[in-house]
Amino acid sequence: MTTLTAGAQRQPSAARLLGVFSIVLVAIGLSGCGAVNRVPTLQEQAKSAWSEVQNQYQRRADLIPNLVETVKGYAQQEKDVLIGVTEARAKASSVKVDASTVSDPQKFKEYQDAQNQLSGALGRLLVTVERYPDLKSNQNFLALQSQLEGTENRIAVARRDYINAVQAYNTEVRTIPGRWIAAFLYPDAKPMETFTATPNADRPPNVKF
Amino acid sequence: MSRNIPVRVRLALALAVIAACLAIYAVGALAAELNFPTLTGRVVDAAGLLTPDQRHALEAKLKAHEDRTSDQVVVATVPNLQGTTIEDYANRLFRAWKLGQAKTNNGVLLLVAPQERKVRIEVGYGLEGALTDAQSRTITASAITPRFKTGDWFGGLDAGVDGILAILSRDAQEWQRAPEKKDEQADPVQVAIFVILLLVVLAVAWRMGRLGNRAGRGGGIVILPGPGSGGWGGGFSDGGPSGGFDGGFSGGGGSSGGGGASDGW
Repeated sequence: MTTLTAGAQRQPSAARLLGVFSIVLVAIGLSGCGAVNRVPTLQEQAKSAWSEVQNQYQRRADLIPNLVETVKGYAQQEKDVLIGVTEARAKASSVKVDASTVSDPQKFKEYQDAQNQLSGALGRLLVTVERYPDLKSNQNFLALQSQLEGTENRIAVARRDYINAVQAYNTEVRTIPGRWIAAFLYPDAKPMETFTATPNADRPPNVKF
Repeated sequence: MSRNIPVRVRLALALAVIAACLAIYAVGALAAELNFPTLTGRVVDAAGLLTPDQRHALEAKLKAHEDRTSDQVVVATVPNLQGTTIEDYANRLFRAWKLGQAKTNNGVLLLVAPQERKVRIEVGYGLEGALTDAQSRTITASAITPRFKTGDWFGGLDAGVDGILAILSRDAQEWQRAPEKKDEQADPVQVAIFVILLLVVLAVAWRMGRLGNRAGRGGGIVILPGPGSGGWGGGFSDGGPSGGFDGGFSGGGGSSGGGGASDGW
C-alpha cells in the first residue's frame, strides 16, 4: 500500500500532467476571452442601458407640464390636443416599471405602447402649434421646443444603445458557450425584451383640420 | 460507427467551434455602417469648406480652450450624411472619435453637412448642463445659419465656435474646471490575474522541468499573453488629456448621449 502510493508520487503519470496543463490552458483561454464573465457583464450593460432609456422618457414627461402651460396661453381653443397630451403623459407615468419589466414581454409592450402614444400626442401638439405664429416666436416656447427635440433625440440614442446592449446580451445567453455558462453559473440570466420599430415613427402624425 | 467518434475528430470539432466563436467576435467588432473621416485635428474639414489659414485660426482657438479647461471642442464638415439624419450621424461620429476626456465626457462636436444643408452641435454627457439644448439652438440659429445662408462658411463656423467657447468658458470659471492629471495606474485586477497566471505557469514549467531532467528530456517553452493584449483591454483604452501637437490630436475617451441641437438653412 505505502509503496504503491510512494511510487505514484514519485512518478506522476503523463496523463495527470496533461490534465494540469489543459486546466491552465483553459483558464488562460477563458479569462482571455472573458467568457465566464461575459454573461453578467453584458447583463449589467443592458440593465444600465435600460435605466438610461427610462431616464430619458422620464425627462420628457417632466418637460410636458411646462410645455402644455405655455401653449395654453396662446392656443386655448386647442383644448382637445392639450388634453390628449396630458392624458397620454398620465398614462405613460402610471405604467409601473421595475427590474422585471425588461424580461416580461407583456409588461414591456405595455410600457412601449404607452410611450409611443405619448410620442403621437406630442407630435400632434407640435403640428397644431404651427398655426400660432405668436406662440412660435415666444422665447419660452422656443427654449421648450429645443429641449423637447433634444430629449426626443436622447431617447432615440438611449433606445439604440439599449437595443445594441440587449442584442449582445441575448446572443450571449442563447448561443454556446454563453448558454452553458449562463445555465450553470447564472440561472437568473434570462433573455431581455427589446424595442420594435414603431410603424410611421419617423413620419409626423397626420392631422385633419 | 457514427456513435463511436474518434477523439481526434471530436477535438478538431471543438477547436473549429472555438475558432468560429472568435471569428464572430472579431467580425462584430469590425462591423460599422457609416464611414467617418479620421480625426486629424480639432478641425476636420472633410467637405473642404475652409482655407488652410481659416482652419488654423479655428484650431488655435479650440486648442487654447482645451489647454485651459480640458474641454475638447471639435469642428467637422462632411461631404454628406450617408443617408442618415444629422442627429444620428453626429452622435455616432462623436462616439467614434471619443471626444472629451474619458472621466468627464466634456466634448462638443460642431458638425456641418453642406449637401443636406444641416448643422448640429452635439454635446457630450459631461457638458449637457453647461451647454444646454436651448443654448445650442440659439447658437446655430443666431450665429451659424444666417452666415451659412450667404455662403460664408468660415464666418458661420467662427461665430459658432465663439459662441460655444464663450458659454463653456463661463461655466468652466464657475466650476473651476481644469485639465486633469493623466493617471497611468494599471488596473490592479488585471495585474493580479497576470501575476497568478504567471505563478501557475511557472510552477507547471518547473515541475515539468524537474520531471524532464529525471526522464532525460528538455524543458518546455511557455508563451504568455500579456495584459491588455486583446482580451482584457476593451474599447476605452485611451484616457487622459490628448497631446497638443499638430497631428497628434486624439479623442480623450468621452461619449455623448445625443445632447445639443440641430438646425438647417
